[in-house]
Amino acid sequence: MNRIESALAELENKGEKALVTFVTAGDPDLETTEKLVLEMFENGSDIVEIGVPFSDPVAEGKTVQEASLRSLANGTDLTKILEIVENLRRKTDKPILLVMYVNTIFRFGTEKFFGLCREKGVDGVIVPDLPFEERDEIRSYADDNGIIPISLVTPTSRRRIESIASDAQGFLCCVSSPTKCSSSSDLDSFFGEIKKSCKVPALADFGISDTEQAAKIGSYCGGIVAGSAIVEIVEKYGQDSVQKVGEFVSSLKKAVK
Amino acid sequence: MNVKKGRFGDFGGQYVPETVMNAVNELDAAYEKYKNDPDFIAELKRYYRDYAGRPSMLYYAEKMSKELGGAKIYLKREDLNHTGSHKINNVLGQILLAKRMGKTRVIAETGAGQHGVATATACALFGLECQIYMGAEDIERQSLNVYRMELLGAGVTSISEGTSTLKDAINAAMRDWAENIETTFYCIGSVMGPHPYPTMVRDFQKIISEEIRSQLMEKEGRLPDCIVACIGGGSNAMGAFYDFIGDEGVRLVGAEAAGLGVESGKHAATAAKGSMGIFHGMKSLFLQNDFGQIDPVYSISAGLDYPGIGPEHAMLHQKGRAEYVPITDEEAVSAFEYLSKTEGIIPAIESAHGVAAALKIAPQMDKDQIMVVNLSGRGDKDVYSIARYRGKNIVNS
Repeated sequence: MNRIESALAELENKGEKALVTFVTAGDPDLETTEKLVLEMFENGSDIVEIGVPFSDPVAEGKTVQEASLRSLANGTDLTKILEIVENLRRKTDKPILLVMYVNTIFRFGTEKFFGLCREKGVDGVIVPDLPFEERDEIRSYADDNGIIPISLVTPTSRRRIESIASDAQGFLCCVSSPTKCSSSSDLDSFFGEIKKSCKVPALADFGISDTEQAAKIGSYCGGIVAGSAIVEIVEKYGQDSVQKVGEFVSSLKKAVK
Repeated sequence: MNVKKGRFGDFGGQYVPETVMNAVNELDAAYEKYKNDPDFIAELKRYYRDYAGRPSMLYYAEKMSKELGGAKIYLKREDLNHTGSHKINNVLGQILLAKRMGKTRVIAETGAGQHGVATATACALFGLECQIYMGAEDIERQSLNVYRMELLGAGVTSISEGTSTLKDAINAAMRDWAENIETTFYCIGSVMGPHPYPTMVRDFQKIISEEIRSQLMEKEGRLPDCIVACIGGGSNAMGAFYDFIGDEGVRLVGAEAAGLGVESGKHAATAAKGSMGIFHGMKSLFLQNDFGQIDPVYSISAGLDYPGIGPEHAMLHQKGRAEYVPITDEEAVSAFEYLSKTEGIIPAIESAHGVAAALKIAPQMDKDQIMVVNLSGRGDKDVYSIARYRGKNIVNS
């Protein structure tokens, strides 16, 4: 069983919600990224997503976009990111995902990339610019290596929700924002629609920035993803952000439990 | 093999975030519905004729032909269209579609500002809210077009990210689209992006080659031997090539921006130096590094300053059906001056790249051969920056 699946199954047995947290690799540097990942796991993160920087991250908001560019300016590349995953694997057995744009996989070599994911200990990938219709671009390579490609849905997916949700592996990443989808009826209808066909936990990636949102949105689904709020702390405190990120993650974990 | 929608051989596809995927599918369905609808076609034809001024003239550039001593050169005068370029052909098609889809707001990216002006124009005409995204660098070098767009009632947002050019304007437009997907129609200006855009934009631009065919049959009783057009994303080139792709005897030449030279690292010569990648919704050729990061590109021409080409061009390039030649800033500026002095026509600096390619190729052709150069736009917008390039400051300050 893939680490993502076993971690989520364990949470389900305990009746707990999942907390997934995100950092951009190489911001402010890869050493700090490694410390941040471990600190987040220490403080209750169940799954960590490591963002692979891309020159033109069209699916990202300003915070992650700027972190990407800072990281690239530092000389971060995919080879170095896979190395830190290898380092992390000696210290933790919790699930690690890479969040990356399809061109960074394609250009590196899709087959080579997924082979290295298995070798270094990556458990899944989220590719924000690879929609359901184009999933064959990576699917067989990911499957062959036991790497889970995480699917995404949004409220605007509408009639596509069923086909995407029923096909999802690991967990379903449900993307929106607290401004777009905030009322109880919005949340009810979005996650209600998803639950009709989804066999894996549906996790809310809503740009959640505080414990109140985390508790509220988390109550409608299987757990939450926190990304830009963490990247903001890293942006503000740089190498000194580790403890602060840990505290924030710990507060989120308490809120969604 | 599983054949997916919108493929051109190995290229094309729909590589966009899930947030906009439904809108892309809706657009695809609407385009499929209306593209053969007699009312839609009749309305589009009426606007082409009465508003845009089509058909555009096919002009025999006699002086230029004789001076170069080779092929007989015709200029396809897309510069004489309303708004000053071929961009209006595509925009009228897309805006009529947007109206039928019930969209109330239109967004577009623009490089040189020609597509932005065309979009702002059509939105003024049809009473739609219009927001144009343009790189800060391009706003600086195309200030005339910025003012035109504002005059037409559009909002122009300056983008100061990345290289502050066309690529970054597209990123910003895509983010806007994801945020406002219910109300907003994204009017892409070139044969690029996710399916159905490369096909739809080509269909709205192919009138250029259809007209060239019939106009040349009337004037010369035969097909051209060579068609030349500049290429950034590739909409005017695709429009000028498309009807001739099946005519193997017609040589198709795209002139891409070599900036300071293809070996200088400061260029936008995708066919010469690019490799296969996936970006802006399509699998195509891109200028990128070994890790798939998109290269910052450069050209004096804001309209050609883009790190990729449309997927159908990538296929024509791979098959060898079309050839793509690099033209430097200096060659383009010289051609800009040449056409102005020789034929009394000031071309857009984008189109001047095509003229520069013609200046190289025509003399090698026989006198009984025919070349058509697609003059995609007019050069009024470029006079400040060309003057500056030549060391003259003509702006009063």
